[in-house]
Amino acid sequence: MIDVEKKLHRLNDRLAYIKDIFAGKQNEAVRMLQVRLDDFQARVAEMSAQERLSAISAMEELFTFMEQKLDEQLSPMDKVRIVRHPQRICLRDILENVYDNYTEIGGQDDKSIDPSMLIARAYITRRRGKALHNQPVMVIGQETGHGDEFRNGGSVKPWGNAKALQYMKVAEIENIPVHTFVFTPGSYPIEDYPGAAQQIARNLYEMAGLKVPIVAVFSEGGSGGAEAIGLADRRLMLSHGYYSVISPEGAAAIEGRLRDGTRAAPELIERCALQLKMTAQDNLRHGLIDQVVEEPPLGAKPYHYEFFQSLRNELMRATDEVVLTTRSFALLRGAISQPHRPKSLENYNAENFVTRWSLSTKARDRLVVLRQKKFRNLSNGRWIDPRTSFDLMLTKIQATSTDLLNLFRHDLWGRRKKQLGYAVEEMDAGARMLLHRIFNPFFSFTRELFGTKPRAKIAEELTTLSSWEEDGSKNGTWSYISSKAKEDRAVTCPNAAKYGCLDLWAPDLFGEFAGVCTHCGYHFPMGYKWFMYNVFDPGSIREFNQEIEATNPLNWDGFDAKLEQAKQKTGLKSGCITFEASINNTRMCVALLAASFRGGSVGVAEGEKFLSAIERAQRKRLPVLAYVHGTAGIRIQEGTNGVIQMPRCTIGVRRYIDAGGLYLVVYDTNSYAGPVASFLGCSPYQFAIRSTNLGFAGRGVIKETTGLDIPPDYHDAEKALSRGHIQGIWDRRDIRANLQQALVTMGGRNLYYK
Amino acid sequence: MLDISKLLEEIKQTPFDKVEIVSPWCGRVSFADIKEEDPVAGPSGNWLEVPGTLLANVEREHNPKPVRAPEKGRIEIIHNELEGQFIEAGTPLLTLKHFLTKQEVIQIILKQALHLFNAPERAKYYFVPEVDVKIRAAGHRSVRIANGMDLFIMSRMKREAILPYSGPEGLIYSVYFSHNENVGAGEPLIGVCPEELMPIVEDVVARVQAEWEEQE
Repeated sequence: MIDVEKKLHRLNDRLAYIKDIFAGKQNEAVRMLQVRLDDFQARVAEMSAQERLSAISAMEELFTFMEQKLDEQLSPMDKVRIVRHPQRICLRDILENVYDNYTEIGGQDDKSIDPSMLIARAYITRRRGKALHNQPVMVIGQETGHGDEFRNGGSVKPWGNAKALQYMKVAEIENIPVHTFVFTPGSYPIEDYPGAAQQIARNLYEMAGLKVPIVAVFSEGGSGGAEAIGLADRRLMLSHGYYSVISPEGAAAIEGRLRDGTRAAPELIERCALQLKMTAQDNLRHGLIDQVVEEPPLGAKPYHYEFFQSLRNELMRATDEVVLTTRSFALLRGAISQPHRPKSLENYNAENFVTRWSLSTKARDRLVVLRQKKFRNLSNGRWIDPRTSFDLMLTKIQATSTDLLNLFRHDLWGRRKKQLGYAVEEMDAGARMLLHRIFNPFFSFTRELFGTKPRAKIAEELTTLSSWEEDGSKNGTWSYISSKAKEDRAVTCPNAAKYGCLDLWAPDLFGEFAGVCTHCGYHFPMGYKWFMYNVFDPGSIREFNQEIEATNPLNWDGFDAKLEQAKQKTGLKSGCITFEASINNTRMCVALLAASFRGGSVGVAEGEKFLSAIERAQRKRLPVLAYVHGTAGIRIQEGTNGVIQMPRCTIGVRRYIDAGGLYLVVYDTNSYAGPVASFLGCSPYQFAIRSTNLGFAGRGVIKETTGLDIPPDYHDAEKALSRGHIQGIWDRRDIRANLQQALVTMGGRNLYYK
Repeated sequence: MLDISKLLEEIKQTPFDKVEIVSPWCGRVSFADIKEEDPVAGPSGNWLEVPGTLLANVEREHNPKPVRAPEKGRIEIIHNELEGQFIEAGTPLLTLKHFLTKQEVIQIILKQALHLFNAPERAKYYFVPEVDVKIRAAGHRSVRIANGMDLFIMSRMKREAILPYSGPEGLIYSVYFSHNENVGAGEPLIGVCPEELMPIVEDVVARVQAEWEEQE
């Protein structure tokens, strides 16, 4: 009887779980299960022991059958409910069941710097003949803890991500692979040091060059939080998980233009979940993950031991593949690195093989190159490029010839020239020293005897005041005047109540004053053209890749029309403008994110243009300036294709900086979310124009997700500077002079002008 | 002697303040979509970052500058005849009826009943040890002070000076500064209540706390 009661209790649990997943949807199968279970419970007391056992077995079979049937009907939003359910497997379950042994590092339950980030040293034991091999790995992932309140649902605070990075570097030192597990709805959006955005950017930057294999498993991949540990050589995804640019609720709030925490209608959320194409199958189809790990019907739970066995096998297999692709046997590499796993490897049981997971120095370098190549190719072609194949070939030829020219100019001839120059300098210095030592006694004797007369120039320097050096400032005479300056109206400074600023006449303010309040220094937003035409040498701008056009890769309802509207309004084809320009004849590559084009959001086209600009700069030894006129984040309508631009572009930046370039970022107006948390935030030289706001999430999102009220100046550039997120604040009128200064004082070894 | 009960009765007769909204600058007026008896909200939020209800725009040089409600209340009078007119700065636009909150009523009573002793300069203030001991033991309302009594230690930039109390004799009713915090010049340090008024003040404050009904 006790046995039957236990089984009955479990069936009730299974039914409650099904109801949670389908969240009140009127499903015939769920109703039928409820009726059958109620009926059984009503009759169970009258049954004999034998009848009870057979009836409960029949009920269990019915449940198993119906669960399989229901599994086929799961909508994307049902899958979101599965991954958020407290019964969903969590990282500790995986550590218990997938690895043979583990030690948690840096925390025990709530006694941790961030209980939502779990780090463990673990090992997997493999057998070759009679010998046992313990293969150590660093396990890093978000821990949801079956709904433990202190885990924040896997929302990691900036210091949690910093801890993850610290142990990735430990793994690099110890030459062991990293297994990351993504169980997060998103990062905890606070700016306290190291800052949500800046820390994710740092993680991405470091992972882009981490010299050990990384295998990531996605269960709940919520945007930036997922990317903080998701940049991996192999990306597996659980079949009932989701990986998305934004939560369906967040997307619905944006689509429905809801404010002040108003909840979106369930139908709209459901529709957004569908349009975001965020399931494992969608992501595999788009090539954004490598493989799907099948889960039991309606999602894996902690008692699904067979699932853990298959996950273990897939993890070992993925790690083996990454390691083997870096080995020096070219034939072996070729066989393994095929995009689709050969049929002969389909039934590969990793338990029966042992592949050493430590890498040689050369293999480690090869691993990083492969990872960088892999991400470069993600989301390829999901933009419009009207250029013919002939045009593209010409561009390629041009690029190759530039490569060759630079190889000769900078590497072959340039390096020799430099070496020769150094040798001449040294000889010259030595000769001067020698002459000085020989003749100095004679000169000092004559100086003492006859005295010295100060030269006229020295005398002038000592007796007159120094004059102001030409610093590039234009004293209010600008080459380009904003169209706002044509309006005959007065403008009130937002700080008027606080500082008593007087009204300014628009032609003065947006003309001569460059949009700066003359009383308090508040910077009014200006169009991106003001920057383009007032900062660089006149006539020096050469735009490239202007043909690349933003598109609607997920066929999001109504987005084509919105995109068309933005194109017509701005005359741009995407939110990123890339060009070469000069400041005082120093040539540089500029990637500009224009706020006027869909809020400066970044999608595949923008990512591609940014990457191309970085690569062009690397090829031509030019410094790179990312001028962020404004960005609202990743374009949600492009789904995971958009979010993948975060690691993709960061890898580009990493390659460029490693090659010895100078990567400067200048923020203007408002910059938030994904781009700041990746390819912008990873720059060692970030500056903001005064009155800029920058951060990870806006006020509404912070209130909604954390419940915290934030002060109005929370995202101010001054605050960002105090927190150490940026390195300086510039006056708009001094951008040119400051850039000039930055070009000569900052940057790497491989710039053409250095 | 101050009759606090009478004061409270007077407040009860007119439990509101009338706030006259005048145009802060000259310009052409256009009233927002408001009518008499409409409720309005003052600035709100933890940092008063949410502005009050928009009452009117006074446009000057094509710059429609908003005039917003400074307090919560109801609109009593709107000078609709000014709609579309060019007005001078200081012209009354509307009158708001702001219903007094419990705290405001208590403040009015205390202002009348208490003698405030203000900080002579910006510094940190502490009670002298003897007074401090008494306050710790029995609370500040048990401390009797008189004119000329050494009451505070004024501390600034490692300089400490004794500050004697000057004012009428009485009990310390309220302390407005806290330990280790700077107090600006002219800000109140303590409120002193004559001993015979103390029970009445306490009683009235308790009555206000319990009985005052805040009107919307």
